Amino acid sequence: MLEMVGITKRFPGVIANEDVDLTVLPGQVHTLLGENGAGKSTLVKILYGLYRQDEGEVKINGEPVEIASPAAAITHGIGMIHQHFMLVPTLTVAENVALGLHSRRGLADMGPVRKRLMEVSDRHGLAIDPDAYIWQLAVGERQRAEILKALYREAQLLVLDEPTAVLTPPEVEDLFATLRSLTNEGRGLIFISHKLTEVMDISDQITVLRDGRVVGRTTPSETSREGLASMMVGREVRLGRDVPDQDTGDDRLAVDALRVRGDRGNLALEDFSVQVAAGEIVGIAGVSGNGQRELAEAIFGLRPIEGGRVEVAGRPIATPTPKSVRRRGVAFVPEERMRHGAVGELNVSENLMLVEYEHRPYVRAGLLQFGAIAERCKDLVRRFTVKTPSITTQTSHLSGGNIQKVVIAREFSSDAEVLIVAQPTRGIDIGAAEYVHERLLSKRAAGAAILLITEDLDEALQLSDRVVVLYEGRAMCDLPRAEATTDRVGLLMTGVSEDATASA
Amino acid sequence: MSDFFTVSVLVATLASGIRLATPFLLSALGETIGQRAGVLNLGVEGVMLIGAYAAYITALRTGSVVAGVLAAMGAGALMGIVYAFITVVMHATQGISGIGIFLFGLGFTDLLFRHQVGTPVPIDGLRGLDMGGLSDLPVVGELFFQHSVLTYVAFALVPVVWFAMNRTTFGLNVRAVGETPEAADTLGVRVNVVRTQAIIIGNVMAGLAGGTLALDVGIFQQNLTSGQGFIAVALVYFGAWRSSGVMAGALLFGVVSSTVLQLKTLGIIVGANSTIAAMAPAILTIVVLVLVSRRIGAPSALTVPFERDN
Repeated sequence: MLEMVGITKRFPGVIANEDVDLTVLPGQVHTLLGENGAGKSTLVKILYGLYRQDEGEVKINGEPVEIASPAAAITHGIGMIHQHFMLVPTLTVAENVALGLHSRRGLADMGPVRKRLMEVSDRHGLAIDPDAYIWQLAVGERQRAEILKALYREAQLLVLDEPTAVLTPPEVEDLFATLRSLTNEGRGLIFISHKLTEVMDISDQITVLRDGRVVGRTTPSETSREGLASMMVGREVRLGRDVPDQDTGDDRLAVDALRVRGDRGNLALEDFSVQVAAGEIVGIAGVSGNGQRELAEAIFGLRPIEGGRVEVAGRPIATPTPKSVRRRGVAFVPEERMRHGAVGELNVSENLMLVEYEHRPYVRAGLLQFGAIAERCKDLVRRFTVKTPSITTQTSHLSGGNIQKVVIAREFSSDAEVLIVAQPTRGIDIGAAEYVHERLLSKRAAGAAILLITEDLDEALQLSDRVVVLYEGRAMCDLPRAEATTDRVGLLMTGVSEDATASA
Repeated sequence: MSDFFTVSVLVATLASGIRLATPFLLSALGETIGQRAGVLNLGVEGVMLIGAYAAYITALRTGSVVAGVLAAMGAGALMGIVYAFITVVMHATQGISGIGIFLFGLGFTDLLFRHQVGTPVPIDGLRGLDMGGLSDLPVVGELFFQHSVLTYVAFALVPVVWFAMNRTTFGLNVRAVGETPEAADTLGVRVNVVRTQAIIIGNVMAGLAGGTLALDVGIFQQNLTSGQGFIAVALVYFGAWRSSGVMAGALLFGVVSSTVLQLKTLGIIVGANSTIAAMAPAILTIVVLVLVSRRIGAPSALTVPFERDN
């Protein structure tokens, strides 16, 4: 039903897509697999009329078509489920669906829209309240609204850009059931992901992209997760990681009955406690927005603590500020590396020195000692394998993975005994992620107490000695590694407590 | 002070408060539409001045108040096209561009006035309607049934704007492009077209507000609006981007202004005190802005230009 032939798209200095061919058949799930920056999103943005290809042709049902705008894509029966939902939070579900539709006499009459929306929603088993405002909905429901928006417009070809990134494992199962019913009706699906297990599970066809080119076409029966990973990265990849058992020391970080408010004054954390001992990684798992960000910020003095306390090495921190917390031997890798982790406009060495620059030998009599700074930075760049032309390169010019390495180099090179690490591998390539994991484990071996806050369930289960699931600001469990299975933790992430499961 | 608290003075003050609220209401409603679409226009004051001058000079030359009103709206539309070009097409920073529009309006109208008119000539301006028995009713008549037609138009626009925003596809588009333009774009809504329309409508209303002012006092002079356009922008925040809230704010400022005038007329405040009292609207604006500083209900994409990033 769709053929994209010889698609090339250049951006200043980068070739995002080079001679890419993609064919989608009706009734099939065609997966686009690749690392961040491999060109998956560019390709589907061309298909949806958000970008214009420099070369190549798009054919729908054999006919060459020009797709100059999303409106044109919609008329050609293409629907897109964006990774960052394209929904207006202050409008209702029905209003979001009605947006852009023509209406008689310019009146936004929601009656017929709601009626047809309910029909579409019943037919596909996508339950939704048409009068609910988007901001009131949970992430899974928002995704349903997004899918309904496309189905309402009778999309025959659906593009789903990383649809599982924000979902809990049970929600992913529901989504896959929906996708199956859509292909059974003869619709074609383009599924974008980098989660190998899911790709193996849902795909009929797989096209692997690397550096903007197609590097492989396969099907799940012909390959394995390792095979896919190797194609993505271009070299052998070993998935999974052995974490050696080791004895833990005393509690280094103790969070006791913490109570913290979110940006909107809501209770983001309530009665939350966790202890991390020396030589231990404690993973905080959970779906984004359940208090993870507030937890890291509260510990690090970036957010006022309303109740409870934080102890480092057995002594409470009275009024945490980033400076006082750091002085007590805590380092922090924040989740948003470009907003809180590094200053894009500063160069690599300046970012590496952001914590240490006030101390000897890097400053004397208020003057920065550039010799000592350069020496240290060159050493860090080498030890942490940061790929940068020089230490005076502007940081924002580096890739996401390398910026993260700069942050990690700065935070892990200090003698901090407690590390707060939030979403350390979000949005970075497999190679850099592997590296970050190695560094975390070597810090663990060296006796650091690590609080690993991550939405990546695989990462949490792989690295953590204990897993705490955060749901609506409360701890759902505190499981040792052996008991933290994907199914069990996945269910806890949806807020279903163990007691409820046991009694049911 | 006791002179002030008599029925006739209080009624007169309130009635003139409603009259003085008219330009506030028209310009602030217009600014609300623009801001709901994501465009801040700090140049309302300048557009009001241009509208005021256009109304004045047209009424002076033709002797027709209706022609003056149309000229004010036309001048506003013209300024809307200019502002849409600057901000929507050229992506200029909205705050600074608005200040530019204000300065242009201030200087340009003064220049034209000196050049074309010179010494002030009063015009035959707006008159209150005579609604017969209704206008003659005690208290109620003076309060509600002796205003000029533009005052009724302004207050009638309150539900009209509400309806347009909440019950039409245009309003749906406006709210969407002011909140999440990317989402509107992916559904085929032409974001910059919608924004341009909203800006032009807003500016037509600002021009009309200026025209109302000039036709009401029957004269033009340099800086006739004396900051009312800036207060109108503040009223949008005060009214939390809702037409009913904006109306409440406009009435508040109208009544404060009329009270100050009345107290001066009665000689209750004199000399330096009256100068201080004249600052009441400005002080009130600051107080109001501090109180509503949390921007609850502000469109998320306010002041953010939209462009597809290819």
